[in-house]
Amino acid sequence: MRFPSIFAKRASGAGALALAAFTALPALAQEAAEGAAEAAAEAAPVMDKGDVAWMMTATLLVLFMTMPGLALFYGGLVRAKNALSVLMQCTMIAAVMMVVWVLWGYSFAFGGGTSPFWGGFGKLFLSGVTADSTAATFTDGVVIPEYVFICFQMTFAVITPALIVGAFAERIKFSAVVLFTILWGTFVYFPIAHMVWDGSGYLFNLGALDFAGGTVVHINAGIAALVGCIMVGKRNGYGKEILAPHSMTLTMVGAAILWVGWFGFNAGSNLEATGGAALAMINTFTATAGAIIGWSVVETLHRGKASMLGAVSGLVAGLVAVTPACGTVGPVGAIVLGAIASVVCYFFVAVVKNKFGYDDTLDVFGIHGVGGIVGALGTGIFTAPWLGGTGGDDFSIASQLWVQFVAVLVTIIWCGVVSAILFKVVDAIVGLRPTPEAETQGLDLTSHGEAAYHYS
Amino acid sequence: MKFVMAIIKPFKLEAVREALTELGIQGLTVTEVKGYGRQKGHTEIYRGAEYAVSFLPKVKIEVAVDSDIADKAVEAIANAAKTGQIGDGKIFVYSIEKAVRIRTGETDADAL
Repeated sequence: MRFPSIFAKRASGAGALALAAFTALPALAQEAAEGAAEAAAEAAPVMDKGDVAWMMTATLLVLFMTMPGLALFYGGLVRAKNALSVLMQCTMIAAVMMVVWVLWGYSFAFGGGTSPFWGGFGKLFLSGVTADSTAATFTDGVVIPEYVFICFQMTFAVITPALIVGAFAERIKFSAVVLFTILWGTFVYFPIAHMVWDGSGYLFNLGALDFAGGTVVHINAGIAALVGCIMVGKRNGYGKEILAPHSMTLTMVGAAILWVGWFGFNAGSNLEATGGAALAMINTFTATAGAIIGWSVVETLHRGKASMLGAVSGLVAGLVAVTPACGTVGPVGAIVLGAIASVVCYFFVAVVKNKFGYDDTLDVFGIHGVGGIVGALGTGIFTAPWLGGTGGDDFSIASQLWVQFVAVLVTIIWCGVVSAILFKVVDAIVGLRPTPEAETQGLDLTSHGEAAYHYS
Repeated sequence: MKFVMAIIKPFKLEAVREALTELGIQGLTVTEVKGYGRQKGHTEIYRGAEYAVSFLPKVKIEVAVDSDIADKAVEAIANAAKTGQIGDGKIFVYSIEKAVRIRTGETDADAL
């Protein structure tokens, strides 16, 4: 049996490394041992142009999620005076993370080191990587260019810190965002990406299922967001003034772009244009549909009206939840998973947030953190073959759920503790908050010297 | 000369414009405004956040007319803008001391 969900050979640059990663998975040990002799005799790795073309396309789809998808989604949700600040933060985070990824990020995550916690210095500045370098896929002997793998992973490293800024939108210094992004990528994202996806990674070897990055991207961003919004503090006027979104239209456009881009994120995580990618694709449709309906039904029952923002919030919650699950659950199980995620996320953003009074401005924790946790745990349930999943006959919900739980817990603790330290460091170096006057006037003018809209 | 200013419901603007045109009144100034009266506001909910919006969008129209048709203009606006529900708006009339058409320099009644 094979779990296509596990990025067994994702990190490896060479065939030999790929095999080492492959054998690291306990469930596959026997099969791998049998295959070792054959592998030695196998011909040179094959590159399929269809796979390469699909992965290049998927990479651009994931970039499109951040630029402009997430930027517009967030931009519409803030007040008009802060719209540009959010667009600019997403843009700058994308640029900074691309540079950092190439200089040391890729090495820290996938540098070939054998530590369970980080990838080492082996590929600093992408040393040793050429146009002829290859990265393994899920199929033995099938490879893609390593540059494509690096670019694909780079777009994930871009969107994750961009998600976080929603939690403290409208009240953060631009310099703080840039500095935090560099530090957080280095000390939180790259190590956790290594732990979950690299063949020598700690969580990978526990057998955690995370097809497209529910822990690495969404729980990670959600927890950092919760820590951030508490440490940065509430917006001026929170609970007193009207802080309503300025353009639900932009938000809907952004959310729709996110959905389309997410097909690159989920189906692209299959690394090949095969049936596995098709499974991720259909799940990315059905889970999202279930989640939109789920949110709107709950909202109608609770408030009497189904809102546009509710529908797109459900949309994102469903996409988040199906991210770890999309490679191993069935299309009908995905509908249920999406709907459950919506109900739980609704409860967090509409009830829990108000009860505790933290100002998670754009509900990054409430949707990405909570939805990510629901998705990670749900993956341990809906992968079961009798629930339509692709798990084998020996699949045990209890033991898989335990592994998923451990992976979630490790992510929460690592990310929570290190993020808190990093916010302190950033506060000490450049300060987190603009002056109250600047916040009142709006970050567009005071941080960037321009305005989103001119009525003339 | 009278200056007629009215606050009306935005969707009644076209009906009011037609009614004034029938009286032979040429020209109208329109401003989008916000305010409240007996209609009060409404509640908006964004995810969990509930906001009481106390200022509602209205349209303010301003028109300068000859004194002898001022009452007809007021009547026309009132009839056209009326729905019978609270929030239909108000009309105010005041006197104009002087009017000038900038292009020609015509003054007072000739300038209207």
